[in-house]
Amino acid sequence: MTEITKQSLTELVESIKNKKLSSSEVTKAFIERSEKSKVLNAFITEDFTSALDKAKKFDQKPNLDLKLPGIPMAVKDLFCTKNVKTTAGSKILNNFVPTYESTVTENIWSEGAILLGKLNCDEFAMGSSNETSFFGNVQNPIDKNLVPGGSSGGSASAVAGQLTPITIGTDTGGSIRQPASFTGTVGLKPTYGSCSRYGIVAFASSLDQAGPMAQNVKDCALLQEVISSFDVKDSTSIDFKRNHYSKDLTNNIKGKKIGIPKEYRVDGMPKEIEDLWQKGIEYVRDCGAEIINISLPHTSYALPTYYIVAPAEASSNLARYDGVKYGYRANGENLIDMYEKTRSEGFGAEVQRRIMIGTYVLSSGYYDAYYLKAQKVRRLIKNDFDEAYKKVDAILTPSTPSSAFKIGEKTNDPVSMYLNDIFTVPVNLAGLPGISIPAGHDAKGYPLGLQIIGKAFDEQNILNIAFAMEEKINFKNKITDWWIK
Amino acid sequence: MSIDLKTIKHISKLSRISVDEQRAKKLVGDLNSIFDFIEKLNELKTENVKPLTSIAETTLKLRSDEVRSKNIREQIIKNSPQDNEDYFVVPKVIE
Repeated sequence: MTEITKQSLTELVESIKNKKLSSSEVTKAFIERSEKSKVLNAFITEDFTSALDKAKKFDQKPNLDLKLPGIPMAVKDLFCTKNVKTTAGSKILNNFVPTYESTVTENIWSEGAILLGKLNCDEFAMGSSNETSFFGNVQNPIDKNLVPGGSSGGSASAVAGQLTPITIGTDTGGSIRQPASFTGTVGLKPTYGSCSRYGIVAFASSLDQAGPMAQNVKDCALLQEVISSFDVKDSTSIDFKRNHYSKDLTNNIKGKKIGIPKEYRVDGMPKEIEDLWQKGIEYVRDCGAEIINISLPHTSYALPTYYIVAPAEASSNLARYDGVKYGYRANGENLIDMYEKTRSEGFGAEVQRRIMIGTYVLSSGYYDAYYLKAQKVRRLIKNDFDEAYKKVDAILTPSTPSSAFKIGEKTNDPVSMYLNDIFTVPVNLAGLPGISIPAGHDAKGYPLGLQIIGKAFDEQNILNIAFAMEEKINFKNKITDWWIK
Repeated sequence: MSIDLKTIKHISKLSRISVDEQRAKKLVGDLNSIFDFIEKLNELKTENVKPLTSIAETTLKLRSDEVRSKNIREQIIKNSPQDNEDYFVVPKVIE
């Protein structure tokens, strides 16, 4: 039998259902590998002892009808987990133990999965390289000098490094798709309103979505099926008919119309990315889909819009961290002084920067010029997609404008860091689903991803296209286990 | 447009984040480069565009007003940074 940690989620579920493996065996295998992989710094909090106990309990009375029977799983440390420390990668929440469970993780545990621990991420999910985490940067299993992407960097590293069979991240501007692309894994950002935001530490409420990160499309579809649900506890959760994404998965995409937006051919895009995109176009054509050239004219305005909308929402969401009821508190001479010192010492530089941008664009005299303007441009960006979807069923683009970059390479230039999300941000602004799949390697052997963007609530369609492409691409991740001595 | 040191100090006050002189100077540079990049939006005419305030165009649902979390006071207080069994404690507010 294949080594346990090398198996996909689908294979592990099968093995447990056929009683070839017990939950304890699987859980132990992932824990042992994680113990040997500390150098990746993927975990913020390990919950291994408790995971083994839960696995043992599962094995004593296994419910094999569940979708994730006894499957161990680590999750991004942005999801509140009852009685397990939840930090959001920040010093300000370093000692925070939630009294409740996020809906998305609740859905996972009720299908039989077992928490392995909490995975590293950029502080409050603000970053594209996992370098803003208070708990240190994460290494990419592809190469030790590379960032794993962000903000779900720990999640991407843990899946690529086989420390967890599957995981969940969150995506506000690309935080699932970009790290998936950087680590040769699959990541889906669902339609806004598909997965409940209840119990997820908030960054930008009109953009945040939870989603699955996996080794392959089928695993990704299965987890999406588990986490997507209508939830009364999230007022933006949408009650729509959800598919059985894994059961309904098909590689038949004959006759599907795939749009290629000319505006994604950005200046200075490496030829490798251009070639990869071209190859992707040929793959979908081979599958019987029709290629249609389209235009999304406001694409270049998406990042500037995002860097008004997201910090504005963040500045109000993060107002709650005041050192009073939970989290870090600094000593102050009086109440205001305590607030100011707590927030100055508790938040890292990038988070402070974004709170200040947000505060400024919402402040008296600037609201119309910035925030209102951005909301109007956001409408234009959404209209672009609405127009395009009159002609096509889905859109194919690169996931990122480059492969993974080196640790420290972009930390001193916020704008160059932000440019990483150029292809992913428009999708969040329009509330659409998008999936990144590994599609090839650059000259250095680093993985490159392609993104498929769907209509709202059309996750099944983009999963199907991804599934069909995956077969054609036959991607093999080049991971040498360099960190295991 | 440019953001000066005075503006940074004003925003820092509004944000309730204290910044020292050195950090404030760094923020002047950072925020100016970010706002230079944001200024691109001014290329677009948007007088007749309706702002998009919510991507999920749903109406808020009503639910019955019931207590769902019971007897978690102790757990909640336990997360408080200053130890006290019954209350949240803050620095003195009234002289």
